Amino acid sequence: MSAVTAERVKLMSTRSPWWTSAVAVVIVIGLTAIVVATWSPADGPVPFAVAGYFATFGMVVVMVMAAVAVTSEYRFGTIRTTFQAVPRRTPALLAKAAVVVPVAGVVGLVAGFGAWGAAWLISPTAMSLSTGAEWRIVAGTGLVWAIAAVVALAVGILVRQTAGAATILLVWALLLENLVGLIPRVGADIQGWLPFVNATNFLTGGGGEAGATPSMSAMAFGPWGSLAWFAGIAVVLMAIALVVANRRDA
Amino acid sequence: MIEVRGLTKRYRATVAVDDLSFDVRPGVVTGFLGPNGAGKSTTMRMVLDLDRPDAGEVRIDGRRYRELSRPMRTVGALLDAKWVHPNRSARQHLRWMAAASGIPASRADEVLETVGLTSVAGKRAGTFSLGMAQRLGIAGALLGDPPVLMFDEPVNGLDPEGIRWIRTLMQRLAAEGRTVFVSSHLLSEMALTAQELVVIGRGRLISQGPTTAFVDGAAGSAVLVRSPAIAQLVPIVQAAGFAVVPDPSGGARVSGATTEQVGDLAAAHGLALHELTLLRGSLEEAFMQITGRDVEFTAGGPPSRSAVPAVGQAGGPPPAVPDGLAARDRRTEVQS
Repeated sequence: MSAVTAERVKLMSTRSPWWTSAVAVVIVIGLTAIVVATWSPADGPVPFAVAGYFATFGMVVVMVMAAVAVTSEYRFGTIRTTFQAVPRRTPALLAKAAVVVPVAGVVGLVAGFGAWGAAWLISPTAMSLSTGAEWRIVAGTGLVWAIAAVVALAVGILVRQTAGAATILLVWALLLENLVGLIPRVGADIQGWLPFVNATNFLTGGGGEAGATPSMSAMAFGPWGSLAWFAGIAVVLMAIALVVANRRDA
Repeated sequence: MIEVRGLTKRYRATVAVDDLSFDVRPGVVTGFLGPNGAGKSTTMRMVLDLDRPDAGEVRIDGRRYRELSRPMRTVGALLDAKWVHPNRSARQHLRWMAAASGIPASRADEVLETVGLTSVAGKRAGTFSLGMAQRLGIAGALLGDPPVLMFDEPVNGLDPEGIRWIRTLMQRLAAEGRTVFVSSHLLSEMALTAQELVVIGRGRLISQGPTTAFVDGAAGSAVLVRSPAIAQLVPIVQAAGFAVVPDPSGGARVSGATTEQVGDLAAAHGLALHELTLLRGSLEEAFMQITGRDVEFTAGGPPSRSAVPAVGQAGGPPPAVPDGLAARDRRTEVQS
């Protein structure tokens, strides 16, 4: 428990986590508001899924925040002080996750409800929140960002440097998984198993009229199955990271 | 009490620490002496379980570091003053360390007071000078009021006042009955600070014992004697079996003798003395003498020249080779 307190003090006592969290929320709310405000009636009614369109952009910012929570410790050597205070590395690193993951989840909730709220203020009829699929888009952002933070922490532990970890996470989440779909014949099938594609499927997929993303046809799971799969991959990655951190010199 | 037993650490081909064993006792300042790259920092990291040894183990008050329930309350360490987040204030830096070790947050301000950083407690650690960073690191080591303290090169880059402050602090901590283990490559500094010395070179133990014994035993003590009857005294001292060399002061240096021995000899022959002083070899001399073999290769040059054709065998005039290299070649010849 004391290790968790220490991680909370660490995260709150530098400015960058506050800034990155604010940026993540502002990006999602701002882009959603712009799209809804500039929506042309000629294109039909505003789709509810607009509330989830930009969740990925905020998510990668929060992932960088989570990765930096680890890599900055390696960069400045404080990870050694951390392990001096808590020599068993698995609890030491899980304590960090116990702080960063809920923070990412809360920031995700703020972004999700903020985006929906902004859209609702502009277009109240289109954005009435009622079905389960709609709730998933709005509240699910919190779950997805929390799990994405676990992935980011694991990558941070494994790579140990900010530039490398950030590059891996951005390329992976924003580019790589989308490009896999371009592979002829097998691409779409592989894509159905990829973690961030499944995260998106949880948010906006399987909801029929709620507005599924077009490339989601080959999904291996339904929305909640996708979330479980995404979470499973995150847990496996974190387990690998913990084993590696325990083996090597700090 | 720190007990190091058979500690070994390899990095690929190089052996950083080689079967190292020694004890660090409470109540005295123990210096950890060796040239740069001797393995001091690696050893200290292994004491804290930060680096994994390839063999051997370290026990602190009988237990491994990992088994200590609140390690920072048992061992306080400053291994590198730069291990702080530059954007975190000094107080917050100590607060998270305190939180991680179950130490009350108020203790952060107490240790800041002890090291004289109270006025800059709220400033970002990245703005600190090296001297202030060292003080912050020492504050972190003192946070848990631990019975065992370890400092890696704490006086590096400090001004004379800072050096004296650290020296006094370490001696005070030892006087309180704590185990104080301080590394340095500054030999003169260790002579002033440490009562006990653990000396290593190239990862191996060279000696362990009282600082005075190390200096006396290695450099050999000499006695400076001045006398109006020096011409009569010298043959007498030589006859007693001591080597004598003239001293620039007009007196003589008698090596291997004590002041008692020289004084008694003079008295027995009724010779007046104007000065009788014990000359202690400097720690540098002692260190160079003892570690000479172990620092030899760090001065550069290939460790083995056996691939080079042996000189002198062709019967021609010996090529101009510096003495050291020639000697090394000859030794290689003998071995092969």
